[in-house]
Amino acid sequence: MPSAKLMQGNEACTIGALVAGLEFYAGYPITPSTEIAELCSEELPKVGGKFVQMEDEIGSIAAIIGASLTGKKSMTATSGPGFSLMQESLGYASETEVPVVIINVQRMGPSTGMPTSPAQGDVMQARWGTHGDHPVIALAPGNVKECFDLTVRAFNLAEEYRVPVIVLTDEVIGHMREKVLLPDWEDVKVVDRARPTAPGGYRPYEADLDGGVPLMAPFGQGYRWHVTGLFHDETGFPSGKADVADRLLRRLDRKITKNEKVIRDYVTESVEDCEILVVSFGSSAMSALSAVRRARREGVKAGMLRLKTIWPFPDEVLKDLSRNAKAVLVPEMNLGQLAYEVERTVGCRAPVVRIGKVNGDLFRPDEIHDKIMEAAK
Amino acid sequence: MSDILKYFRQDRLPHIWCPGCGHGTVTGALVRAIARLKLDKNKVCVVSGIGCSSRAPGYLDFDTLHTAHGRALAFATGIKLARPDLKVIVMTGDGDCTAIGGNHFIHAARRNIDITTIVMNNNIYGMTSGQYSPMTPKGFLGTTAPYGNPERTFDLCKLAEAAGATYVARGTSFHAQMLIDLIEQALTHRGFSVVEALTQCPTYFGRKNKVGGAVELLEWIKERTVNAKAAAVLPPEKVAGKLLIGELHKNPQPEFCDEYDKIIAQVQRKFEGFRGGVRGCEQNSD
Repeated sequence: MPSAKLMQGNEACTIGALVAGLEFYAGYPITPSTEIAELCSEELPKVGGKFVQMEDEIGSIAAIIGASLTGKKSMTATSGPGFSLMQESLGYASETEVPVVIINVQRMGPSTGMPTSPAQGDVMQARWGTHGDHPVIALAPGNVKECFDLTVRAFNLAEEYRVPVIVLTDEVIGHMREKVLLPDWEDVKVVDRARPTAPGGYRPYEADLDGGVPLMAPFGQGYRWHVTGLFHDETGFPSGKADVADRLLRRLDRKITKNEKVIRDYVTESVEDCEILVVSFGSSAMSALSAVRRARREGVKAGMLRLKTIWPFPDEVLKDLSRNAKAVLVPEMNLGQLAYEVERTVGCRAPVVRIGKVNGDLFRPDEIHDKIMEAAK
Repeated sequence: MSDILKYFRQDRLPHIWCPGCGHGTVTGALVRAIARLKLDKNKVCVVSGIGCSSRAPGYLDFDTLHTAHGRALAFATGIKLARPDLKVIVMTGDGDCTAIGGNHFIHAARRNIDITTIVMNNNIYGMTSGQYSPMTPKGFLGTTAPYGNPERTFDLCKLAEAAGATYVARGTSFHAQMLIDLIEQALTHRGFSVVEALTQCPTYFGRKNKVGGAVELLEWIKERTVNAKAAAVLPPEKVAGKLLIGELHKNPQPEFCDEYDKIIAQVQRKFEGFRGGVRGCEQNSD
């Protein structure tokens, strides 16, 4: 029987991770993500899993990559400053194709900023924070239930495509308490990475060059393979050859671009005839939805696109929805990061209005409603 | 020899190290120690960071992980805690371990996690062509110390001991037989074990400092070290300013993964056959 519970977003993320098969957590305390570490430290040993509090976030992501290489589903959680420290090894996980999940409960930055206030300033850091082109997936829950759903999905996507997956929540989503109807665990779809069946002839990075995902052997089972952050060929050993590097990076990129349609996830409301399209995500989208509904009641053809997958960005969906729009509004708790992508995608079909809020407060619906009415004039 | 070669990925040889480099001697000592202990190749995992030393695992026929600069011990911590049955070995250099990786080093030592760390200390950053490291002696030259290094060095073994390592030894590429013995001891020790291996970089350290080639550098290493047992009975003037070699610290203590397993044994739910999908996740339920 599905059970109803009152819980906060950070709790829902943790439960989602456990249901998805989390076996290893390494992290470093940071507001507003700490409840995830606390709950993992309590729950993981009960199911035979492991928790370790590392000396910093650099060590945390390194430890979960190490654990994932042994075949265990692994996760860390953090916020802005810690996420910045993780960037180098996030690239390592991309390059070496080690599945890991990183929950980033966003807070106001830059720097120490406002640790207990929400923000959405890590949209671009999630995509481009580490150096070099690299595949990455970022999901954005819009309520507490979705913290559960999207953390499960984060593990499934990480396992399926062998990429780091980032769950971008924020202080409001993380700490807000809602009634959540959780499914029976048996009904939750859980994906495990594809493994080779026997060590003989194992070529760890052999895969279809058009976005194929290689089979992943766990360490300690006789495969004796080599993992390096250097560019490497199908054998896993380093190569400085131009064609090897080109082939690998393009395959890594194609893993995501080729499967964008499958990975993308979004919610729409009143978009069929909409003239004012509001594009948002996370806690901003809660206020935005309320504003859109009010504008509708007042006779304005407003509609809403809420992204649950931010990276890869759903170009095609937005192009389609903005076809007849008079304006596209992007409320977000930063000075315009998602808006960059919206502007790129919408092009000159409609003006894109950035509604940035950076004072550490959640949007009030009327702030977004005012902008909708202004655009509708 | 054949019992040693089987631990190498022979198709990956020859290695990339310069002629006269001591890293091959240290890697050879590790493999000889592993051969003596007849470790199961499938249960050994070798982890490294970045630098000349960190290329060693690529030549060894185990599960091997060449990580980011300074982070080998953090990756290794994840592997060891996730799979405590594996023998986890970290191969690192003086820059990788004591500069960028210093924090992970002291915390791995503090936890007393069962990892053997072999630090190839050639007193310089070799891969980036000769900058001074935290282990470059004061006054010596590097490409970033053109007027002589103004900084002091760590005593790596004292650092390891103070941070909580439960086995600490120092060997050299000159005393190759002793180095095998020390690594063998470290591998059999349950807890965080450190073997600092003084080794030679003729290409950068030797040339820049006009110490000479590999042979002269080995002589230099020999001259600046004294056996710890001998030092105990030698007059102080013969020991002054020299680095002690041999087993320097051994103090068995409860190991981190074992301690964590005790917690699991206390709190783990006793129903059988569950997997991820059917876990009880009620908060604060017991």
